[in-house]
Amino acid sequence: MKIEFSKTAKAECEKIIGKYPEKRAAMLPVLYLAEKEFGHISLEVEEYVGKLLDVPPVKVHEVMTFYTLIAAKPRGKYHFQVCRGLSCDLKGCVKIIDYLSEKLKLSSDETSDDLMYTFTPVECLAACETAPMMQLNEDYHGNLTKEKIDEILMESK
Amino acid sequence: MVFFINSLWFSLCPLCLCGESIKNMPEKIISKFFDIEDSHTIDVYEKHGGYATIRKVLKKWMPEQVIEEVSNANLRGLGGAGFPAGRKWSFIPKDSPKPKYLVINADESEPGTFKDRYVIDNYTHGLFEGIMIASYAIGANKAFIYIRGEYVRQAERLVEQIEAAYKKGYLGKEIFGSKFDLDLVVHRGAGAYICGEETALLESLEGKKGWPRMKPPFPAIEGVFRSPTIVNNVETLAYVPTIIKNGADSFANLGSERNGGLRLYSISGHVKNPGVYELPMGTPLREIIYEHAGGLQNGNGIKAVVPGGSSSPILTPDEIDVKMDFDSLTALGSMLGSAGIIVMDESTCIVRALYVVTRFYHHESCGQCTPCREGTGWAEKVLKRILDGNGRPEDVDNLVEIADNIIGNTICPLGDAAALPIQSYVKKFRAEFEYHVQEGKCDVS
Repeated sequence: MKIEFSKTAKAECEKIIGKYPEKRAAMLPVLYLAEKEFGHISLEVEEYVGKLLDVPPVKVHEVMTFYTLIAAKPRGKYHFQVCRGLSCDLKGCVKIIDYLSEKLKLSSDETSDDLMYTFTPVECLAACETAPMMQLNEDYHGNLTKEKIDEILMESK
Repeated sequence: MVFFINSLWFSLCPLCLCGESIKNMPEKIISKFFDIEDSHTIDVYEKHGGYATIRKVLKKWMPEQVIEEVSNANLRGLGGAGFPAGRKWSFIPKDSPKPKYLVINADESEPGTFKDRYVIDNYTHGLFEGIMIASYAIGANKAFIYIRGEYVRQAERLVEQIEAAYKKGYLGKEIFGSKFDLDLVVHRGAGAYICGEETALLESLEGKKGWPRMKPPFPAIEGVFRSPTIVNNVETLAYVPTIIKNGADSFANLGSERNGGLRLYSISGHVKNPGVYELPMGTPLREIIYEHAGGLQNGNGIKAVVPGGSSSPILTPDEIDVKMDFDSLTALGSMLGSAGIIVMDESTCIVRALYVVTRFYHHESCGQCTPCREGTGWAEKVLKRILDGNGRPEDVDNLVEIADNIIGNTICPLGDAAALPIQSYVKKFRAEFEYHVQEGKCDVS
């Protein structure tokens, strides 16, 4: 399959690049755009992004392996990122992590075969006032309990 | 009665009523907006006096005057380093032909810290007005907000409100009808604590992996795109409009000596009411915990307190009368940092707390400097085996030695950030670590 942005994504990409004095600076926003377009950043996508930004593919790969948020492998429709930072740990996040892991039948950093769920315990998400908390796709969910997890799972189908 | 009238005043229209004198200075500056509906919109912000200051500055003030005012206000870098903000701005070379940049650090990721999220959510245009004033002061026509990738909703809010500001002519060419141009761009990070360090942030903004740079040159001389750059934290910039509006003295007098103004303290852990509290610089830690955050849950006593984000050396209950400002905490051997307070009650296993903190720094070490990359990993491993009941007699000393070998031996402060907790937890709770090693279990939980 030939990797190429749709017409709208191409226009969006041009707009992003135009915001920076140097093309390469558009790396992260263009990778986010590519993630939205292609689902995840395969080696072929890295090469494509490299071409768009006039950098060798290895410079894109270097960025992809350094940062954690942009998907290098396919992820589930629902991405659970549960905080395991100090404040969450003090408020019992271990129980929440174990419970969710058991419910999803996934260990750390695993994605379900049907591509519905990805489960990742993560470092501090900067919402310690609502500990224990997690991020589900774009949104933060705080003051988690087993009951709350059950409710959220009911809605994530 | 007078007090009643005063509070009524403030509750009616807090910002518009703050005059030139200290007496009328509002008790809250940013957090007042937390309870106002739609406070993130231009209309509501302007209804409360917003954007009057930048208009005045663009008409009547010279950039140097702005810098002097901010210097005199004793505004410190509230991202955590505490460097005087006005002085930082004054380092921008005036004769450089290169473009200048303002970069706003919204990569809030020091564990225990969450105040910038409240500023972005509720005081969006207050932050923008601070960005405009700072950009004018340093001669920057382009500013970038570098926001942590996880703050998706906050990034969306920023983008939406920036668009609204462009439509009004508050951003773009000749803003507010002046001769000054300013473009503002939101740049999302992608999950790396290290990018909160200013030179790593600049590398990341240039599209590279976030490896910190050697200093000098400092960013003010050679920052992003090899041009003079000022990096300021969200909260720091959010206080700028009030400083210019009410004058340096009124802001400085709100705080303690050399630590001007108010501060947004984040507090979490075993307290009844975790959250963000805006209080004067130098407010005693005890007051924040017991009066503002409601004391501890379940009536437990305090075992330890992290005063300024997880990298700050830990405090014991006998130390919590300390004033929460940069100089007082430094004098006590800790640091104010990002003012992210984490309270641990008596039921806390201190070995586990240090393990969690060390695991974080190991995970986030960028890998550039050997002492940090290897040291954080060794320390995490040692702590894990102590926790698992497999500690060796020499392990407590091992931890201290590892920390001693990281401190001062790395390019950026992440190494110190990892080592300081190790040193202080072990020093202050040595008996608990030794018990863990000898008995293979915890004597607390």
